Amino acid sequence: MTTAAPDTHAQKPHLTREHLLHLLRQMIRVRRFEERCVELYQQEKIRGFLHVYIGEEAVAVGVLETLEAADTVVATYREHGHAIIRGVPMDAVMAEMYGKAEGCCLGRGGSMHLFDAGTRFYGGNAIVAGGLPLAVGLALADRMAGRHQVTACFFGDGAVAEGEFHESLNLAELWRLPVLFICENNLYAMGTSLERSQSQTDIHLKAQSYNLPAEVVDGMDVVAVEAAARRAGAFIRSGQGPYFLECRTYRFRAHSMFDPQLYREKAEVETWRKHDPIDRLTSWLRETGTLHDVDLLAIESDATMEVDKSVAFAEAGHWEPLEQLTRHVYTERALP
Amino acid sequence: MTVQTAAAPKSGVVGNVVQTTYREALHDAIREALLKDQRVFLMGEDVGRYGGCYAVSRGLLDEFGPDRIRDTPLSESAFVGAGIGAALGGMRPIVEIMTVNFSLLALDQIVNNAATIRHMSGGQFNVPVVIRIASGAGRQLAAQHSHSLENWYAHVPGLKVVAPATVEDARYMLWTALEDPDPVIIFEHVMLYNVTGILSADGGPVDIGKAVIRRPGRDVTLIAYGGTLGKTLDAAETLEADGIAAEVIDLRSLRPLDTGTILRSVSRTRRAVIVDEGWRTGSLAAEISAIIMEDAFWDLDAPVSRVCTAEVPIPYPRHLEQAALPQPAAIVAAARATLGR
Repeated sequence: MTTAAPDTHAQKPHLTREHLLHLLRQMIRVRRFEERCVELYQQEKIRGFLHVYIGEEAVAVGVLETLEAADTVVATYREHGHAIIRGVPMDAVMAEMYGKAEGCCLGRGGSMHLFDAGTRFYGGNAIVAGGLPLAVGLALADRMAGRHQVTACFFGDGAVAEGEFHESLNLAELWRLPVLFICENNLYAMGTSLERSQSQTDIHLKAQSYNLPAEVVDGMDVVAVEAAARRAGAFIRSGQGPYFLECRTYRFRAHSMFDPQLYREKAEVETWRKHDPIDRLTSWLRETGTLHDVDLLAIESDATMEVDKSVAFAEAGHWEPLEQLTRHVYTERALP
Repeated sequence: MTVQTAAAPKSGVVGNVVQTTYREALHDAIREALLKDQRVFLMGEDVGRYGGCYAVSRGLLDEFGPDRIRDTPLSESAFVGAGIGAALGGMRPIVEIMTVNFSLLALDQIVNNAATIRHMSGGQFNVPVVIRIASGAGRQLAAQHSHSLENWYAHVPGLKVVAPATVEDARYMLWTALEDPDPVIIFEHVMLYNVTGILSADGGPVDIGKAVIRRPGRDVTLIAYGGTLGKTLDAAETLEADGIAAEVIDLRSLRPLDTGTILRSVSRTRRAVIVDEGWRTGSLAAEISAIIMEDAFWDLDAPVSRVCTAEVPIPYPRHLEQAALPQPAAIVAAARATLGR
């Protein structure tokens, strides 16, 4: 199958004022959180690698909006936004960025390895494409247990060059497993552009070659992403197998904090900034009279307060005692 | 727990013991697990219609169907990773990898995911997957189907690694491994599949973390595992004829190592020879030697000795293959040398 599932009324996003403001609020929460993370990195509060999602927020927000609580998420090392949108408390995420014991993984994972059992958030996977086989297995478990859930698996365009991408798509379609594959195509695998690394740069065609229904989505348009994810979700939940979304997006900031961005022109970044998903939704809402200054002020003020609170929480957190160094390598007691 | 004798076509019940092969013991263990726990399934290349590369799973597809006896494409990374994911999702997968050399194609999933997710998640998630891997030389399968890389996996915190060397362990280690909440890798030496042994019909769950003294002795400790246990017991017989009483330890678990059993034995015999089908450099034998040196140095009457595989990819011709591997004569010679005989 190479065609997308047709829209039905039930699959479309409900474009109420309330819902649109919610989408905007979610993107702004992630944006402000990560802008603060960059500052905290410069203050050496956050160490290691830090990969921010700034510019790409519409993808995580649009897709995750469509998931249910019992669904599963597998993400990459650029996953702060996915975790926050999925419902991992911002406090716990920020404490994890600090490496504090109050973090969502006790500080053991850090920025690249956010996990949360409560929201079925399975990482935080920093081996490019390494999360795809996990997603296939999580979906297999759902299938074998008779649960009709979706496993949403996020990865970048860099993953497409890995064998695990191809093996996983093949297996998921072969076994008709309920996986929603979301390629966050931001055009660069670290510093290597898609056109310098792929003989076929239309990524959705690769998925189609494995017989997955696949479509290209404007990843800078949160409403378009949500609409596509609802189509995909309806298809998957109907038991017809996996679905593939290629979300075309762009990373405004460096790959990580160590990246001088020698591989791309400033003009290219500026051009993409004109498609900023937050500005875009804001402008549209303003033009249609849906968003007023007072709404935006409230959203921004709430986001700032939430980020401030998360920083205070992380600052007040504790370092795990050294005596616990070798814990959490093996289960300490047998499961029931 | 009772033995599923009905599933072992060549088994014969004799009193309360069963004469069976290592292969049949594994088959019965898998079948029992599938019967006992609906979450258990077997997945791997040619485990279904073909019946398993080493015929371990023959017949299981007919009995349990394609959902639970799952043939996979030749995609080691994807199906091992899917096993890890399914374990995260609440299943109890048994993933079979045809040979340890092929497991290298899944090394990312095993080392970067199975071994780390519990730790990275701060203990929130555990990965109760069992991975069965055939390993070892002796079938003239040359340099891409014969290696012993157990040590690579035993190096990694987060994994448990076991090597059943007897029919009894082949039969009873699997269930203990499946009950373990963390990833367990089971190494099955390819020369053991046809080995016949006696199985107690009322055998129960075994502790997979403990080494076992297979033959008591007072003069020298011979430490072996998996495919080298038989050769080591043969060497002990030869030594006995020469009046040397060798104690033979079967490690059984390669991670964690049962250092207590090793050290207690060596402190008694004051001499140790480690027999390891891995290459000598950076071997498990080197690790055990270091442990003995660190913790039993003052009890030793002779330097610790190692009998390992020669530093060469396993050659195809039989005479070269056999020359590369640890053999009873070399084990006897090493043991005698520790006694100055």
